[in-house]
Amino acid sequence: MHNIFLFLRRYSTFISFLVLQVIALVMLFRYNKNQRAFFLGKANEITGYFNSKYNNAEDFFHLQNENKRVHQLNDSLRNLLLSNFTTPDISVGVFSDTTNFDSSGKVRRYFSRTAQVVGNSVSEEKNYIQLNRGSKYGISDNMAVVNSDGSAVGVVVNVSENFSQVMSLLHIQSKVNAMVKRSRNNGRIEWDGKNPLVLTLKDIPKSDAVAVGDSVLTGLYSYNFPPGLLIGTVEEIINEKQSNFFILKIKTATNFQNLQQVFVIENLQRKEQVELDKATHKKIEEINKVKK
Amino acid sequence: MINFFKNIIRFVLFLGVQVYVLNNVPPLHHFISPVIYYLFLLWLPFSTDKFWLLIIGFLLGLSFDYFLMTPGLHAAGCVLIMYLRPALINLFVQYEKNEFTYREPSAAAMGWAPFLTYVFILTIVYHGYISFLEWLQFGNFLDFLFKIISSSIISMLLVITLEVIFSRKQKLRSTMS
Repeated sequence: MHNIFLFLRRYSTFISFLVLQVIALVMLFRYNKNQRAFFLGKANEITGYFNSKYNNAEDFFHLQNENKRVHQLNDSLRNLLLSNFTTPDISVGVFSDTTNFDSSGKVRRYFSRTAQVVGNSVSEEKNYIQLNRGSKYGISDNMAVVNSDGSAVGVVVNVSENFSQVMSLLHIQSKVNAMVKRSRNNGRIEWDGKNPLVLTLKDIPKSDAVAVGDSVLTGLYSYNFPPGLLIGTVEEIINEKQSNFFILKIKTATNFQNLQQVFVIENLQRKEQVELDKATHKKIEEINKVKK
Repeated sequence: MINFFKNIIRFVLFLGVQVYVLNNVPPLHHFISPVIYYLFLLWLPFSTDKFWLLIIGFLLGLSFDYFLMTPGLHAAGCVLIMYLRPALINLFVQYEKNEFTYREPSAAAMGWAPFLTYVFILTIVYHGYISFLEWLQFGNFLDFLFKIISSSIISMLLVITLEVIFSRKQKLRSTMS
């Protein structure tokens, strides 16, 4: 017994070193596996506070760019106004009732909220963005985040009361459904952790006619993103001989370095979609079991 | 006591500069990340207890991690260099000449060559360990080597600049206390 105490005293520094290392490493690897909440909570509130203070000062320098973007978005929205369209002559055109709603009523699928970016990074391999809206304002996980000019930014992965954390497209674990605008073929957007101006689009078949400069939009099958938001334009086409798919390098439409005002978009039917998907898998499994 | 508060202010300053200035500099290259905050640890007084060195290192690393969303990564690196620090100090401080005449490691206290070697070794170890941990999760070997070298060079340049600008003209210990 005496010897044990002697040993402990003698190597106390080494032991405390080991203990601290293990704590740090456990945090590191556990967090990465499910990149989820346990680390955040209160910490998010604290860093969020400092980040928003810093952001107040920094915003000033980006005002002009931001104004331009807001102006552009306003412009595109103005173009959608009903008053811009003339109604076709009823006697010639298709007859339509006074409303465009069908009898069951129109269903709203996406709902957007505004938020401000208070923390941001582009230099890591796993980049996160912090927003000044949290669960109090109705933000929850898996909502899509879109820049003020309507280009895709990322997906909410964690929320605290007043802040939320967004996994940016510049994150090596990020996977977003996307399509080439010209052919409507779907693939997935990833990032290789290198250049913050370049994303990678995979799974576009070689039969597809893709050209440099083609627009890439968010896909039709994404649960999070509304379809048709600009992600970027094709910059380089890599023709890999081993596979039947192109690897496309995409120049991002969003400038991730100076994000400021963003929209957080909620898919109101997401839950139903995910549940249906799960239920289907379950059902098929059960059928297979019965067959066996 | 003055020393204690001085170090707390330093802690906040180093962290602030790292998070809000250096991390916001547009990257020269995606592998080069200028890191300076760990100089706070290298500047801690000679007299700090070994156990507290580890704890302070852990806390500093963890607070940096909170801002970067990489829990544990930098904390692990800081704890490692804090564990190695006392041994290196023993190696490079010439005790017979100026034992306890200076409070903390600096170019003035140790001489430029020993001080830079001390910083250089810990910088390489720090970047090596952190890049290694990142490499375990992602990336290839060449990137890993390149990252260590480039980040260490940039950090060393920053350390030398800081050391020249803030030469920390310390009063001798005997006149202070």
